[in-house]
Amino acid sequence: MESLAKKESYLGSDFDLKSWLLTFDHKRIGLLYLLAITFFFMIGGIGAMLIRLELLTPQPDVLSAELYNRAFTLHGVTMIFFFMIPSIPGVFGNFFIPMMIGARDVAFPRLNLTSFYLYFGGALFGIAALLLGGVDTGWTFYTPYSSTYSNSNVILMAVGIFIAGFSSILTGLNFIVTIHKMRAPGMTWFRLPLFVWAHYATSLIQVLGTPVIAVTLLLVALERLLHFGIFDPKLGGDPLLFQHLFWFYSHPAVYIMVLPGMGVISEVIACFSRKKIFGYSFIAASSFAIALLGFFVWGHHMFLTGQSVYAGVVFSFISFLVAIPSAVKVFNWTATLYKGKIYLRTPMLYALGFIGLFTIGGLTGVMLGTLGLDVHVHDTYFVVAHFHYVMVGGTIMAYMAAIHFWWPKMFGRMYSEFLGRLSALLVFVGFNLTFFPQFILGYLGMPRRYHVYPPEFQVLNVFSSAGASILAVGFILPFFYLLGSLVWGKKAGPNPWGATGLEWQNADSPPITENFEKTPHVTEDPYEYHGEDMPDE
Amino acid sequence: MWSFPLTPDSASTLSGSVDALMLFLLLVTIFFSLLIAFFIVFFAVKYRASNRTVNREGAPDSHVGLEIVWTVIPLIIVMFMFFWGTGVFYKFKTMPNDAVQIHVVGKQWMWKIQHPEGQREINELHIPLNKAVQLTMISEDVIHNFSVPAFRVKQDVLPGRYTQMWFQATKTGRFHIFCDQYCGTLHSHMTGEVVVMAPKDYEAWIGKGPFPSEAGSAAAPTPTSAGEELFTKMGCSSCHIATGEGRAPSLVGLYGKKVVLNNGQSVIADDTYIRESILKPAAKVVAGYEPIMPLFQGQLTEENVLELIEYIKSLKGTADGIAR
Amino acid sequence: MSEFHELSHQYDDLVQQREAAQLGMWVFLVTEILFFGGLFMAYTLYRMEYPDVYAECSKLMDWRLGALNTAVLLTSSLTMVLAVVAAEQGRIKALIRWLFVTIGFGGVFLIVKAYEYHHKFVEHLIPGPNFTHELANRGPAQIFFSLYFAMTGLHAVHMIVGIGILSTIAWMASRGKFSPTYNNPVEISGLYWHFVDLVWIFLFPLLYLIGSR
Repeated sequence: MESLAKKESYLGSDFDLKSWLLTFDHKRIGLLYLLAITFFFMIGGIGAMLIRLELLTPQPDVLSAELYNRAFTLHGVTMIFFFMIPSIPGVFGNFFIPMMIGARDVAFPRLNLTSFYLYFGGALFGIAALLLGGVDTGWTFYTPYSSTYSNSNVILMAVGIFIAGFSSILTGLNFIVTIHKMRAPGMTWFRLPLFVWAHYATSLIQVLGTPVIAVTLLLVALERLLHFGIFDPKLGGDPLLFQHLFWFYSHPAVYIMVLPGMGVISEVIACFSRKKIFGYSFIAASSFAIALLGFFVWGHHMFLTGQSVYAGVVFSFISFLVAIPSAVKVFNWTATLYKGKIYLRTPMLYALGFIGLFTIGGLTGVMLGTLGLDVHVHDTYFVVAHFHYVMVGGTIMAYMAAIHFWWPKMFGRMYSEFLGRLSALLVFVGFNLTFFPQFILGYLGMPRRYHVYPPEFQVLNVFSSAGASILAVGFILPFFYLLGSLVWGKKAGPNPWGATGLEWQNADSPPITENFEKTPHVTEDPYEYHGEDMPDE
Repeated sequence: MWSFPLTPDSASTLSGSVDALMLFLLLVTIFFSLLIAFFIVFFAVKYRASNRTVNREGAPDSHVGLEIVWTVIPLIIVMFMFFWGTGVFYKFKTMPNDAVQIHVVGKQWMWKIQHPEGQREINELHIPLNKAVQLTMISEDVIHNFSVPAFRVKQDVLPGRYTQMWFQATKTGRFHIFCDQYCGTLHSHMTGEVVVMAPKDYEAWIGKGPFPSEAGSAAAPTPTSAGEELFTKMGCSSCHIATGEGRAPSLVGLYGKKVVLNNGQSVIADDTYIRESILKPAAKVVAGYEPIMPLFQGQLTEENVLELIEYIKSLKGTADGIAR
Repeated sequence: MSEFHELSHQYDDLVQQREAAQLGMWVFLVTEILFFGGLFMAYTLYRMEYPDVYAECSKLMDWRLGALNTAVLLTSSLTMVLAVVAAEQGRIKALIRWLFVTIGFGGVFLIVKAYEYHHKFVEHLIPGPNFTHELANRGPAQIFFSLYFAMTGLHAVHMIVGIGILSTIAWMASRGKFSPTYNNPVEISGLYWHFVDLVWIFLFPLLYLIGSR
């Protein structure tokens, strides 16, 4: 049963740089994103290493104060804007949404490539800011420090984030139109995989929220350049206006970062439990509830700024509400395991780790939303621990799950399962050792962004830095075994996991450029698993 | 002694409330984290693929009742947290009536503290035990944050307007002050100590003069008297005549009263209003008066402004010409 | 058949392609609302805080030039509609003509704007070191003008981009790319142009017409 002429995969047989750099193929664009975000993850990681190295001792022995402030700014800006936000949507959203809905490509392929170059170009501005001496405002750019007092390359960095922000907006726009208009026959809304639902909700946030931070950073740049005075109290301006505008985007931004991860988890849990996901429509609805409510809680970053008590009360109340849909998802994923057939392969290890760590991260978020407690832990390491639990323990674990789940489809090779599990373990242990002590440090009062600290905080800082080195190994190992699999890995075949989902139902891995030999006609619900064994059992 | 502190010193009237709230939240967090972890591990083991004999019949994929239960119960729990937490917050935000009023001016990268009796301190705050202390704070430059972990309290310190916080110490000793809002290069060095003293020791310290660490300093002018001096020196008294006959409104009894402006709006004459009226008088003009007051922005430090405010506060009484 | 050139490979038919293009442009315009929205929010908050100063500053704006520009833009939206209709009816020469008229009106708008900016410069009303107008000691006055320049500046940038887009569309039309079956780019450019016009309709009263005259 051989086809007349075996079509080439999207990877092509000879490497033509121009065809890769000027590609309109969503799969190749996904790989461009993969290369770029890996690069920026390393840059952000270097920032992290510098921070943890310095914090081994209470004295300033590794970095001067100026350099330390630039190091944590580099770490925050790079990780958030140039790694986390583009990561899952840019790599896996681009690669798989068209395939999951049975389409040949996204709605606007040229816009897709433009998005990539906007992201990469914007991020290069960020690198330029770094090479020209760095930025020392923190990723939050609070005024009037950033608009009037800082002597660092704020404008350059602001321009970089501005440009990269348009990548995020246009990607979101592309996904919304793609999901609305490009579904294959029979792919109704309620047959869509939850990964697609999650990206739709994410795209809504990207499209509505990102323009606000773009214009906010524009105002900061104008103030620095032309002394406009919108945030300068001496000219009647209000520095808190910046915080409102900034957090109006930056809180929903954290949902841009985590919702795609949640989409990944749904796919992985179902596949490796060989079971339909529990509560499909509730999980889909939760994504939208999170997106909607997420726009109304920004003031919980500002409880102590002197904003009115009533505003604080309202923001706290809604912050508690936004926790509920996330909890609903966690319960549904856990319930999916009941009476399943559980395979603890690498993607599943990361997915299960996500559920546990995201639960802790989310609940500590609820703590921070509690007004009476926030007074004590605001701007301490408690906050740092919270957001790393949700961002690293959550999103990055989901990213690792995604890359280990879909690597065989993207490249046609299997990686070493042993090394995969080992890395997952190292990441889990390293992560907890790094960040759990920070909850304690925060409650004890250690402030954020401190480069020297009272000696009584040292022991916990040493634990944290030790954990960071283990975590680093856990992140570096996959780089080697995944690349190695391209040469030495077993050939994957079209569906090594026996997964449902249209992206697995094609002739081979890696897929052909058009994705499908023939446009699929969908007749089944998603996740039609019936407890069958994994193909390689 | 095996001491691995998980909480800082509990040294204020509210630190117990915060720790209790934290304990509750912690227990809920631990409970749900362990619950989820337990079920994950339990199901992963019981239903592992290599277990061929376990009963997997009738695996459900939805259950509306369950969804309702695990939506409503967490909702109830978080609402409880919300009410408790908001209650504690209100305690922090309700300024006491009879507190010792201390001024704090933050600037890159130090804390300047002014006691009502005249003492000035840098990066140290001496306070009496068991007495409420209220800080009125402002920044000269960027946003800072005055934080005392042992009291479980902190508050952003903003340029251009005053913010306030209060606490009452229940233990003597020295406790960290941290700047808790990133403010530039030496942010981590903008630290200090609260020194809580027994009442007798505090009295003695007060009596020692403006810079108690220096021997033999003369008695310092209090902020109120310094303000009175400024009021004359800067020419305020020539227009703001107490009886209301001058070109400017009388300031007697002004503090805390409602003021009607020339555009019909009314405001409360609080610290921020008075400060703005000194530095940028044209921003809000009292009804019935001309906008002829000169700008004092650039001519007065934040400490000067606080002193003038203290003086104006002290102008109590029922003279005619109370602000309309 | 020219139809095949017009249909991009990811679409199954022209209808799907057209609907996708339209949805895409509407979503983009929503993002633009949020983009300008941040500035409108800043404007609103400061106006609530300093209503008198805003009124005084607004009196310094030349409302007649603003009104002229409003009329110019409204007319340009009309000519844009005529261009779209011409495209739908396959009247390519008319399409190109109406596009040029629209571009012309856009140009007039920008020239008037440039004149106004120059005037502000001469009157020392540009925020920053140039701002030595007697209103300077009313601190918030600089904020009004900062927002004036930011909002109208951003709007002008959108106008320039719009003129660029319409020029490209006119060029494409001259190469015979459009027909009654395929004219998406004309239609969605029209949507963009109307949006930019609409933003000005909001900017004009908010910046030029506060305060009694």
